[in-house]
Amino acid sequence: MLEIRNLHVSVDGKPVLNGIDLTIPAGEVHAIMGPNGSGKSTLAYVLAGREGYQVTAGEVRYQGSDLLALTPEARARAGVFLAFQYPVEIPGVANIYLLKAALNSVRKASGLAELDAMDFLALIRAKLKLMGMDEALLYRPVNQGFSGGEKKRNEILQMAVLEPKLAILDETDSGLDIDALKVVADGISSMRDAQRAIVLVTHYQRLLDYIVPDRVHVLSQGRIARSGGPELAKELERHGYGWIDAGRSSPMGEGP
Amino acid sequence: MNPEVRDHYQAEFARIATRLPGAEVAWVRAARAAALVQFVALGFPTRQQEGWKYTSVTPIENSRFSLRPSAAPRVTAAQVAELALPGALLLVFVDGRHVPELSPLDLLPEGVRLTSVAEALARDPEPLRMLLEGAVGLEATGFAALNAAFLADGTCLYLAEDVVLDAPIQLLFLASEPGIATHCHNLIRAGTRSSAVVIEHHVGLGDEAYCTNCITDIALASGAQFTHHKLQQESAKAFHIAAVRVKQGQDSRFHSGSFALGGGLVRVDIHVSLDGEGAECVLDGLYLTSGRQHVDHHTCVDHAVPRGTSHEFYKGILDGASRAVFNGKVIVRPDAQQSDAFQTNCNLLLSEKAEIDTKPQLEIFADDVKCGHGATVGQLDPEQIFYLRSRGLDDAAARGLLTFAFAAEVIERMPQAALKQRLEALLRGRSPDAVKELL
Ligand SMILES: Nc1ncnc2c1ncn2[C@@H]1O[C@H](COP(=O)(O)OP(=O)(O)OP(=O)(O)O)[C@@H](O)[C@H]1O
Ligand SMILES: [Mg+2]
Repeated sequence: MLEIRNLHVSVDGKPVLNGIDLTIPAGEVHAIMGPNGSGKSTLAYVLAGREGYQVTAGEVRYQGSDLLALTPEARARAGVFLAFQYPVEIPGVANIYLLKAALNSVRKASGLAELDAMDFLALIRAKLKLMGMDEALLYRPVNQGFSGGEKKRNEILQMAVLEPKLAILDETDSGLDIDALKVVADGISSMRDAQRAIVLVTHYQRLLDYIVPDRVHVLSQGRIARSGGPELAKELERHGYGWIDAGRSSPMGEGP
Repeated sequence: MNPEVRDHYQAEFARIATRLPGAEVAWVRAARAAALVQFVALGFPTRQQEGWKYTSVTPIENSRFSLRPSAAPRVTAAQVAELALPGALLLVFVDGRHVPELSPLDLLPEGVRLTSVAEALARDPEPLRMLLEGAVGLEATGFAALNAAFLADGTCLYLAEDVVLDAPIQLLFLASEPGIATHCHNLIRAGTRSSAVVIEHHVGLGDEAYCTNCITDIALASGAQFTHHKLQQESAKAFHIAAVRVKQGQDSRFHSGSFALGGGLVRVDIHVSLDGEGAECVLDGLYLTSGRQHVDHHTCVDHAVPRGTSHEFYKGILDGASRAVFNGKVIVRPDAQQSDAFQTNCNLLLSEKAEIDTKPQLEIFADDVKCGHGATVGQLDPEQIFYLRSRGLDDAAARGLLTFAFAAEVIERMPQAALKQRLEALLRGRSPDAVKELL
């Protein structure tokens, strides 16, 4: 599904990603962990196509073709979805309106007809229920005045509606209370299937207790310092990132 | 004043004065003649004058507009039907003259008098005497004097005490003939605790230059609640000069919306005097400019007595090489304690060549007051654009949607559903195709 090879990225001339190699097959869930500033969000943004990043070396292939050559909207239409760490507020644009515009453009790109108003509303209601969200949030401007947790849920609601093939969730668990975490985790889990790849960027083992990943990668200073199975996350919880940076070996340790 | 300009207007006056409404009434003739003298003395405003620094009306001065339409109105009922707002009481003016055949007024509720100025001057001119003789005050501009001299029509609306008119009144001013200047004056008096909505709607039907010079005077008795919205869709080459002058009595409430969508050179003055204690006004506005349009809004709220409230919310979206001006003046007189005045003006520049001059002008002479202002000038937010694109909207759709949303914030403040829907439709019509498909 996704193949990242030797990816180097700079921001304003400053190297942030220093040679990322990562392969994520369809059907798998990969967790990306790593200290603040290690480049997790940068990687997520580069995959989604945000401006302001210079790819100085390497390549990214998505379903066999060059992902970095596509505009952000072309990526979205091809099934790439980023749940933002800090979702943007958009005054004046109703949430339901964005959902409709997004769903229709993605459907159109796959040669599907637009949903009519009734079917659309039925779909949205079902997904809202899944996310334990109040219908009133649909009619409010996108993310405006939403609590931190509501914003995160809203991202997952969008994901549930758009049904992407590659979902990158950047710290969707941060700022959620315990109950909300369970709801969001259940929402994500329900989307786990053989055709879809999910990347979870997280700082906490808690999310991974609900969604057990196939692989865990630890990013440090713009590189994947270590990769392993779900037990790597538990190891990190116990020892902290210092353990990785100090380069000490661990029984589970293996190359990326 | 340039002698050629003077000669033109004097010759036009000599040519048509006897055919203007009220010509058979001595005081009307005298008032017109006095106004013409005043116009000659004042001339057109120049950029040296306060309040006209950014707006040159030289193109108006240099046009030799005819002051009278040459032919009978050639507007069809179908054209009118397309512009009529659903549920509104409609008065249609073509080239500055009321056309009764196009204005099938239903029976009005008791206590509402609604007629054209021409009709009022023909039937019973006396009640208009004070208003028309005093129309050109000390601070008047040449445009006000010109309007008084060549006054051809307008609306007289009178609401008796406690009358509540639910249906909005739509004053539809259609411009069909090129090369003419029209002068209308709307005279509105709302009695104690009465309530009504007037939508002044200017539409240009051709694409040649003409000039609209329109004044609306509104007097609100105590407790009256009045709404005046102005929807301006003049032709791209048109000149549009408008003044809205409001006097508010005690505890009265006034809501104004100025939507400037058309016109080549546009100047709108809105002047509100809070003369009675506890009066409140809300002034909303939206200007959308492109090409080489020039749109200037000057608002002035005069807090003359205690406990007045004025809240202003103006937004502008500027594209092309257009230019807009927003000048919001607030005067709080020494007696006007506990005044509450707030003003916001936000501008979105879609092009590097577009230019905005925004200026709050606060003159506060009382100490126990709450006054504030804020102005912003900016571009679309790249973070918001990226967020929308990451959801599958293309760049044009994302920009169009954000632009629409920026304007919608003002439109949403209009409680009248018919007006709101019309404004949304107009805004949609101006959006790129990518957005039209979505909306
Ligand atoms: N636009 C930018 N301008 C300057 N520096 C940037 C920019 N974007 C990212 N960086 C820098 O790149 C590095 C990686 O940032 P990034 O946001 O990817 O970290 P992160 O791993 O997501 O951290 P966190 O866990 O705190 O979310 C940081 O040092 C950050 O300051
Ligand atoms: Mg981050």
